[in-house]
Amino acid sequence: MTLILLTAIFALAPPGEVRAYDTPGDRGEAITIEWQLSQDDAVLDGYEIYRSEDGVDFQKVGFLGRGRTNYEDETDDDKTYFYKVAAVSNTARTLSEPTPQVISSPQWINRTKINIFIAMFLFGGFILYFIYHARKGKELFIRKIAGLQAVDDAVGRATEMGKPILYSLGLGYVEDIATIASLNILSEVAKKCAKYDTQLICPNNRPIVYTVAREIVKEAYTEVGRPDAFDPDSVYFLTDSQFAYAAGVSGIMVREKPATNFLIGYFYAESLILAETGASTGAIQIAGTDSLAQLPFFITACDYTLIGEELYAASAYISREPLLLGAIKGEDWGKLIIGTVLIAASIVGIFTKFPILDFFR
Amino acid sequence: MNISPDPWVWIAALLSLAIFSFLYKENPFYRIAEHLFIGVANGYAVTFYWHNILMPTLFDPLFRQGKLLYIIPFIIGILYFTRFIPRISWLVRIPIGITIGYYVGVSVPATTQAFIIKQIQGTVLTSTNFQAWNAGSWGIVWSVIVFIGVLCSLSYFYFSKEHKGVLGVTSRIGIVFVMIGFGAAFGYTVMARISLLIGRLQFLLGDWLGIIQ
Repeated sequence: MTLILLTAIFALAPPGEVRAYDTPGDRGEAITIEWQLSQDDAVLDGYEIYRSEDGVDFQKVGFLGRGRTNYEDETDDDKTYFYKVAAVSNTARTLSEPTPQVISSPQWINRTKINIFIAMFLFGGFILYFIYHARKGKELFIRKIAGLQAVDDAVGRATEMGKPILYSLGLGYVEDIATIASLNILSEVAKKCAKYDTQLICPNNRPIVYTVAREIVKEAYTEVGRPDAFDPDSVYFLTDSQFAYAAGVSGIMVREKPATNFLIGYFYAESLILAETGASTGAIQIAGTDSLAQLPFFITACDYTLIGEELYAASAYISREPLLLGAIKGEDWGKLIIGTVLIAASIVGIFTKFPILDFFR
Repeated sequence: MNISPDPWVWIAALLSLAIFSFLYKENPFYRIAEHLFIGVANGYAVTFYWHNILMPTLFDPLFRQGKLLYIIPFIIGILYFTRFIPRISWLVRIPIGITIGYYVGVSVPATTQAFIIKQIQGTVLTSTNFQAWNAGSWGIVWSVIVFIGVLCSLSYFYFSKEHKGVLGVTSRIGIVFVMIGFGAAFGYTVMARISLLIGRLQFLLGDWLGIIQ
């Protein structure tokens, strides 16, 4: 009798309005369980989540601390599940009512990403529009970028000194935008090397980037009519270990003494090692990356640094190719829209109660 | 002083010193350590990729479990080796095209969300984000500074016009914001590098020479 009385006194309020639903906009295999906090949330250890496939036999599948109101459960698609949520303290546990049955399934469209789709659609539209006009011969203006004007001088200097040019694509994977931009610049540098008969050294850190870089350099030599001058050993795979790569490239810098070092792509902690070693050999150094943590080191140790988006604009600036020029123009229009959206959204956000931030989740 | 009797500690310590010797100048000791480092790293990478990637995700499913669909990535992968046969070396462009196309498709939406959508969300001024800044009465000031900083920094990266007039002013303000950000990143990263050096010195003076605990 006393036990029943104590249990009644210390019984915990269960979590309220427990509901389970197929996680929206996903690839399936997930169910989201939501609930309202127990009235005793302040004294709880947390919430236990129970799952059943028949609505009778429930097994514990998860635990969350107090103050939490949702849980995502991994499931098998097309199976029926029921859920209960228990409010738990060190002395008591109170289960909610079971939810109605729920099934997980994949969706074709993730509606939460509509804003990204609109952004990409807009930017893509601008880029295609400007590429179309560039191809029709319309003059597209791009302002001078200091680091890129030095590319010609840098290649010329190497030619006059009879020394090689070193080009490092960094540690980025082939899908990194900085690596793709760097590959475009490599193509232009390789063309100049082919034209002036300057030796190019391109040690690589990623196997696939190496394969692409080699093809690009080979094609660049062919494009300027000097396929015979292409040295297959000029582009090679060094190692995919970060500091072994740094040690290797540093060794190449001091032994081969290149007249110019291009450090363009995505870099990590090896950036300063490479830039300082290059500076100590007296080489002209042109660096470019969109890695925010490494940019300060390049700025301090290199002669010219392409900061972030300047790197993306660089390949268009050097090559003047309609495809790339159109892309830069399209990106510029994208920036104008971002600025306009920022100002308009802020006006709405400050002067109205409209939940403007929901558009950017 | 309590010098370590462990030969592996000695090897690690001597190789560390060989790498450090580069600070003086390039020398045979550095060269040995450099070549050893690259060789070991490559050997390790080959075994790592074989045991952790090729075997479990391609060869086992294809040859042991008989999942024939895996023949497609197998053939695409094999095409990378065609560059060793000059007559059909052009085939290497197929896997390169597939790889770049796939990864760009994956990374562009993710980049758009992380660097554009989320950046806008963090910059837009609302009455609530003034409170959420949790910076007392200065919350409004910081929010406005960030807002102006983002707009001006954007203008610096606008390439379609010369930086003259209004654009010249905003881009100059923008590059000041960018450089302040880099200054902070520089200090933060240098601290992290110093901790790496401390770790190596602890190994040399502690694990190897036993001078410090």
